[in-house]
Amino acid sequence: MKLAVRHVTRYGFDTPVRRLVQSLRLWPSQFEGQTVLDWTVDTGSAIDGAGFRDGAGDWTQTASLRGPVEVQEITVTGTVETSDLAGVLRGHRERVPPSAYLTATRSTAGTAELRALAADALEGMDGATVLDRAHALCRAVNEAIEFVPNETEPHTTAAEALAGGQGVCQDHTHVLIALAHAVDIPARYVTGYLMSTEDSVGAEASHAWAELWVDGLGWVGFDAANACCPNDAYIRLGSGFDAGDAAPIRGVVDGAATETLDVSVGVVDGARQSQSQSGGGQEQSQSSDGASQSQRQQQ
Amino acid sequence: MAQDDPTYFNEMLTGSDVRAAYENLGRWQAEMPADLRSLKQSEAEQLFRRVGITFAVYGEGGDPERLIPFDMFPRVFTSEEWRKLDRGIRQRAAALNAFLADVYDRREIIRAGVIPEHLVTHNEAFEKAVVGMRPPKNVWSHIVGIDLVRTGRDQFYVLEDNCRTPSGVSYMLQNREIMMRMFPQLFVENRIAPVDGYAGLLRKTLASVAPPKCEGDPNVVILTPGQFNSAYYEHSFLADLMGVELVEGQDLFVEGDFVWMKTTEGPQKVDVIYRRIDDAFLDPLCFRPDSMLGVPGLMNVYRSGGVSICSAPGAGVADDKAIYTFVPEMVRFYLGEAPILENVPTWQCAKRDDCKYVLENLSELVVKEVHGSGGYGMLVGPKADKATIELFRAKIEARPENYIAQPTLALSTVPTFVEEGVAPRHVDLRPYCLVGEKIELVPGGLTRVALKEGSLVVNSSQGGGVKDTWVLAE
Repeated sequence: MKLAVRHVTRYGFDTPVRRLVQSLRLWPSQFEGQTVLDWTVDTGSAIDGAGFRDGAGDWTQTASLRGPVEVQEITVTGTVETSDLAGVLRGHRERVPPSAYLTATRSTAGTAELRALAADALEGMDGATVLDRAHALCRAVNEAIEFVPNETEPHTTAAEALAGGQGVCQDHTHVLIALAHAVDIPARYVTGYLMSTEDSVGAEASHAWAELWVDGLGWVGFDAANACCPNDAYIRLGSGFDAGDAAPIRGVVDGAATETLDVSVGVVDGARQSQSQSGGGQEQSQSSDGASQSQRQQQ
Repeated sequence: MAQDDPTYFNEMLTGSDVRAAYENLGRWQAEMPADLRSLKQSEAEQLFRRVGITFAVYGEGGDPERLIPFDMFPRVFTSEEWRKLDRGIRQRAAALNAFLADVYDRREIIRAGVIPEHLVTHNEAFEKAVVGMRPPKNVWSHIVGIDLVRTGRDQFYVLEDNCRTPSGVSYMLQNREIMMRMFPQLFVENRIAPVDGYAGLLRKTLASVAPPKCEGDPNVVILTPGQFNSAYYEHSFLADLMGVELVEGQDLFVEGDFVWMKTTEGPQKVDVIYRRIDDAFLDPLCFRPDSMLGVPGLMNVYRSGGVSICSAPGAGVADDKAIYTFVPEMVRFYLGEAPILENVPTWQCAKRDDCKYVLENLSELVVKEVHGSGGYGMLVGPKADKATIELFRAKIEARPENYIAQPTLALSTVPTFVEEGVAPRHVDLRPYCLVGEKIELVPGGLTRVALKEGSLVVNSSQGGGVKDTWVLAE
């Protein structure tokens, strides 16, 4: 499928800040499931630099802006040809060993409740393949956490999301990672885009899902929010231990300002672009998923 | 001199015979009148206070400006003793660097089954962010501090390796400086190899690992967490000696492909950062987002070849106590040589059999936290009371993977000035090996001494002091 993306992230500061530095991971991954036809990341008047491909295969680049900065807008536009590999990240070049993704963070730290959910999900599956076990964990997360926006926050941990029983794709993903770790399956957080359909959830901003390591197949994506594996409606950007580590945009400002954030994402079927473009990208305020911008005050 | 305990190797005496290396010092001490001695001791203290060398004890409160006690009786190595240590230290520093280059690249040592994968990759100190990176000259740990203890005439053990930012070298330099100022005659009577070349070698080492994008003379800076850090004195002392800027995170910024230093004459590009802050705080855009000490965007510039960071982020995976056990294997694996320096036999409580042995022999062992440092959270079995031993038993049973144990080593003693005169006190040694284009090692190091009678804990945070360390010239 040909997917056309337009993703605009706009940071506003009530008091102009002296400096803004952002680390961007907004470029589609290179693997057999997607081919970039065109892709631009426009950072406005920022200076782009220090680009490199990291050990996990993601292109990373810096945008820096000298103040006074009142507004910073990042516009991602592009077209990607995708194919359905049933979630398998085939042909992706990376050097980080899968075992490094057994490491938990604050967001994915295991608890007795998370371990119990993993054990329940895998009950009677002792002889099952890792792939079947991964599917079972994904289903369990989907059933345990109802997709409800604005009930959780960017800092909500897997344990907290499970206790609340509600959340967005970030929470589903953190919980799935924690469950996978509980049964020694390497797992990581993946960011990207999802073309929205009537049935899917989480496509209003950039989307997130998990990848679990399956011997023989390699990394396989599991979207617990939608209880499925990523197909050709998905565009993969990058990965990390958790939402913070994988964030497509991480930024720090030098200055004391209250930040407002607006994100709009439109992902449409490029072949039918003329019909659906207008409905695809509605402007809306940032909820708990999507780009994360950390802020610090320096005086 | 106090009667010697034969359990411990006395570096000056065999029975009542004074070893040749110590002859001059024996006479010097015997001839020193008591009033001169106390005069000199207070002079030394004043000198240390004047240069501002103080040590804050982590997590213990109290006076952060406390002086680390200086003992005037030097510790002496013959050139022959040093030759072996010198070779062993360089060998170990080379192997540790080869290990780091390997585990962030092809992981041959894991593939070969020499080190279990999970100990490396599932380790807090393993940095995913630098996998596939090749720092200049493929050096990861540029200053390797190797803690050594001596238990016999020819018997040395490595207690631990420090591959991140080992501190204490300012004491090595100041101890010598102050001894030379107070007792110039000693340096006429004895041919002592100088250590004052250290700062020049450090500068040369750091400049030799300038990044690929650096043209011309590299601009080196020291990055400090600030004046509230316990080693701040050392940071400013080394910056002074090397003639480089001492900066905090807020003095630097990232723009485009480089890191820049704010100066009154405008931004100045920075090429090499000798950082004295932990990985987690280096860059809020890569590691802890709440870090105020680092430089946002630094890691992107590092990874794209615009700046060098010494030691490399991720270097800590080589000095983890669980990895320590394998260093002799690293020497064989990477260098194809027999290890010159030995490890202390170590039991891993993570292993069931080891743990059983440790729990059965707690009163004879030293137990350490795998990730701990500075002598905190440590049990010295033979010196501990029953309650402390039981406390550790519970701790180990709760989290066995968090502990290792070693035999209580019979640390050698060196004569030390005490209230009653001179008495043997236990010592260790931390030499500082520099790794860049070449491996450099000044003849000497920091000797730490346990000032309390019978104590085997030399950490300055636990009542240890320091001594000047002499290597006699050939």
